[in-house]
Amino acid sequence: MAEQKQEQKSSRPADAKPDREGLRVIGVPRRRVDGRAKVTGQTRFADDIFLPRMAHCKLLRSPHPHARIRKIDASRALAHSGVYLVLTGRDLPIQYGILPVSQDEQALCLDHVRHVGDPVAAVIAREELTAFEALDLIDVDYEILPTIADPEEALATPEPRIHEYGEEGNIHKQVSLEFGDVEQGFSEADEIFEDTFFYQGNTHLAIEQHATVAIKDPDGKLTVWSSTQTPHYLHRALAKVLEMPPAHIRVIATPNGGGFGGKSDPFNHEIVVAKAALLLDRPVKICLTREEVFYCHRGRHPVLMKFKTGVKKDGTITGVHLQTVIDGGAYGSYGVASTYYAGALQTTTYHIPRYRYQGCRTFTNKPPCGPKRGHGTPQPRFGQEVQLDKIAEKLRIDPAELRLRIVEAPNTVTANFLRLGTVNLTRCIQRVVEISDWKTKFRKLPEGRGVGLACSAYLTGAGLPIYWNKMPHSGVQLKFDRGGGVSIFCGATEIGQGSDDVLAGIVAEVLGIDPFDVRLFTGDTDLGPVDLGSYSSRVTLMAGNAAIQAAERGKALLAEAVALKLEVPKERLHFAARRVFDSTTPDKGVSFAEAICLAEARFGTIGTVGSYTPPKSPALYKGGGVGPSPTYSYSAAVIEVEVNPITGWVHIPRVWIAHDIGRALNPTLVRGQVEGSVYMGLGEALMEEQEFRRLPKRLSHSLVHKFPSMLEYKSPTSLDMPEVVTELVEDPDPRGPFGAKEVGQGPLLPIMPAVANAVYDAVGVRIDEVPITPEKVMKALAEKKAGREPRFGPHHFPHVKWPEALRVPPPWEGGDGNAVNDFHRDKPCTTKQKVLTP
Amino acid sequence: MSTFPIESQKTAQIRFTLNGEKVDVSFAPYKTLLEVLREDLGHTGTKHGCELGECGACAVLLDGKPVLSCLVVALECSGREVLTVEGLSGDGRLHPLQDAFADLGAAQCGYCTPGILVTAKALLDANPHPNRDQIREALSGNLCRCTGYLQIFEAVEAAMVKIAEEGSGRSGVR
Repeated sequence: MAEQKQEQKSSRPADAKPDREGLRVIGVPRRRVDGRAKVTGQTRFADDIFLPRMAHCKLLRSPHPHARIRKIDASRALAHSGVYLVLTGRDLPIQYGILPVSQDEQALCLDHVRHVGDPVAAVIAREELTAFEALDLIDVDYEILPTIADPEEALATPEPRIHEYGEEGNIHKQVSLEFGDVEQGFSEADEIFEDTFFYQGNTHLAIEQHATVAIKDPDGKLTVWSSTQTPHYLHRALAKVLEMPPAHIRVIATPNGGGFGGKSDPFNHEIVVAKAALLLDRPVKICLTREEVFYCHRGRHPVLMKFKTGVKKDGTITGVHLQTVIDGGAYGSYGVASTYYAGALQTTTYHIPRYRYQGCRTFTNKPPCGPKRGHGTPQPRFGQEVQLDKIAEKLRIDPAELRLRIVEAPNTVTANFLRLGTVNLTRCIQRVVEISDWKTKFRKLPEGRGVGLACSAYLTGAGLPIYWNKMPHSGVQLKFDRGGGVSIFCGATEIGQGSDDVLAGIVAEVLGIDPFDVRLFTGDTDLGPVDLGSYSSRVTLMAGNAAIQAAERGKALLAEAVALKLEVPKERLHFAARRVFDSTTPDKGVSFAEAICLAEARFGTIGTVGSYTPPKSPALYKGGGVGPSPTYSYSAAVIEVEVNPITGWVHIPRVWIAHDIGRALNPTLVRGQVEGSVYMGLGEALMEEQEFRRLPKRLSHSLVHKFPSMLEYKSPTSLDMPEVVTELVEDPDPRGPFGAKEVGQGPLLPIMPAVANAVYDAVGVRIDEVPITPEKVMKALAEKKAGREPRFGPHHFPHVKWPEALRVPPPWEGGDGNAVNDFHRDKPCTTKQKVLTP
Repeated sequence: MSTFPIESQKTAQIRFTLNGEKVDVSFAPYKTLLEVLREDLGHTGTKHGCELGECGACAVLLDGKPVLSCLVVALECSGREVLTVEGLSGDGRLHPLQDAFADLGAAQCGYCTPGILVTAKALLDANPHPNRDQIREALSGNLCRCTGYLQIFEAVEAAMVKIAEEGSGRSGVR
């Protein structure tokens, strides 16, 4: 067992000296439980699965951004040697989609293709190259339709409709919510600021392309391995489209080679290979090419936004009115949620007494947008934090000082009825100001060098499930083995964020054993109780709390049995270092394995369950389902930039970031999530764009992705990444497991606005648009030289016919969370309403 | 595309050294080294991310030098030495780079890790004490979307110290 000794050596042995609160595992930098597999290449990703008689599938994707399918003739493909099966829209007509309110996708388009890359047929053959080849033998008769390239075109072109549902024409979703009298707020203001910003779309670019393997297993049931973040939702979609009882379907989420939100919808390719496996009664595999991953997308929504903010001289906010126009792409995906999210979290950082949010998501003939890390909140956060920088300058208050004056108080219920938990934003701002020497640098560095500050908040898990139900959001089952090992069964899905390590760390801590004694069975819909999936930073809190409950229940049984044996009150028993002993006389005790045997002898087989359901949200109005969360994390970042006035090139030598984590369960992994968020934020701030262009008229004039390849789609390399100084602010939040809050998405949000604010400090130009490319900086510098407004950004906001606003009086105006003019329902809603979103 | 159907004509055959062991393998002649490693030799540790030599996930060592195996025609490898992530550890112990990557958070999802590990090994073989800029340079062809690279640099630096301490400069290949 030399190997195990070596393992234990590197993850601090269980009998190590407990820290101030007696914790031996939690809070200790450890090797992650799935670390060894990942560094030896033994982690089995979906495309690493090879089964005997396995066939390969390829999808034929539309070359046209918008067309009707008149006819598909696959006879030549079927006749091609090595081809087993060809599927088209007729074989899988049932629509599905991640949100109950937008079931608008088909595995293969029946008659209407809506973006370049929309799948119309599938070939299943003996070899991947044969399938690839046979795609060219399928003849599709397309009737080309006019294409819509952006929201303004969508607003101006109600016909032809990309979808038959939604608001009207090509408007998918419109939201209009008012919390308090905003006009009154503006009238009380000393200064009013109106600013327009544009946040370009970008994509997750996970290094692992989507891959899926499906089989009809020996019992005749369907098993699907897939690189998915949400096996539970995929399970439901497969049952719906294949018209099979869920009990006969098993979804195994293989470890994701990066997800970031890009693998959290049920996808065409997953459903197609499932159907093919059932028809052929042999394993069928598909792995998307990188180009196909760009067409899957579900990435960042491009958002044009207008902020109107009223402030007093001292910086106090009197009212905010935010309008957003959102480019949804060809399908709904999470879009309804994204539209609400774009207006939800503004109130979680600074006190906003009166707030109106209007959002409009349109369809366009481009790959569908969905949730990318931060899901709908980085875009408005960019606008809010850059506008605050402008306000601070006008009011001649230091940007950090301004924010410190208006930080929202802990446990507040905000204007839009989000109940906050612990709020350590003040501490984060103070720490990041100190460690970055902000005061000696802001407006003091030589020309071309500058610093920028920005803050943010993010939810620790969506408070409501995607489909309305009262069941727990996460469940854990524990099996206690006589040998002293504990097995964890849970639907939580490891996507690199460390959910396996969180579960093992928590159970080991509660039971006083080493994480190496724990075995994990996660992300498998047959083995573990449901966990809704790895999205909205929910897994640590929800699966973690469920694991604590299950472990505590097991611990109680063991304690009772040991208490009888040792004739000691069970309250005096302590679990540590794989032993259960009398805390007053530590030598008096039994090993953990013996404790299990004693409990088994007394109670029979030991197995426990735990589950977690978020607290009820006070937001009862329609749309209030987006934004509530058990608690919220906070971040503050300072970024230093060097801007070359000739080339416009923005170089970033250093980033300082403080994050309100509650408690770092495994500091090594938490720091990794912060640095990974900073990295992805810098990519969005400086270079990443999911860009489209129209081909010349003499060709097809169709709208195509500008560069669906990893070389042209710029992402930061090891040469681009600055040094990052991370400070974890630990003030345990009682709502989280051991006080832990989220870290996977929050730290990304302040990066883009901090870069924009730093560029302004460096060369005095405002780039009110992301990404902040050298070309835009040069243009703004030219404007500045010409004496015009030194700015690059949108100048115009389209006219949108907003629906009548749903009026929800804030708590401080006697509001009860309902809308007063709730024309959507006959009576004020006491229970949760239908539209629920992550 | 070609008109005649491409059966899996396993007509090409080569012998080469894979992770210190002689292997004979037959495969369809058009296959890349990456495809042969993964599909014909069951070594799925080496990954693909872009099929165009843009992401670095498929990096392996060919005669000690990092190459993108998705751009190498397998036939070119006849009689040569290939090292993949599977060959890094030996006699029951992980290579110092693997230990450091696992301990210090240098692998999160783990998909880019194999390509980075072999590239880092080639770096340390050529230059046992690279500074951080040299590490950045050596790894600039390996994209990672999870870590932000910093913990990867720290892991390479920790492994460098460990290897120097061990003095044996133990390489994975016997």
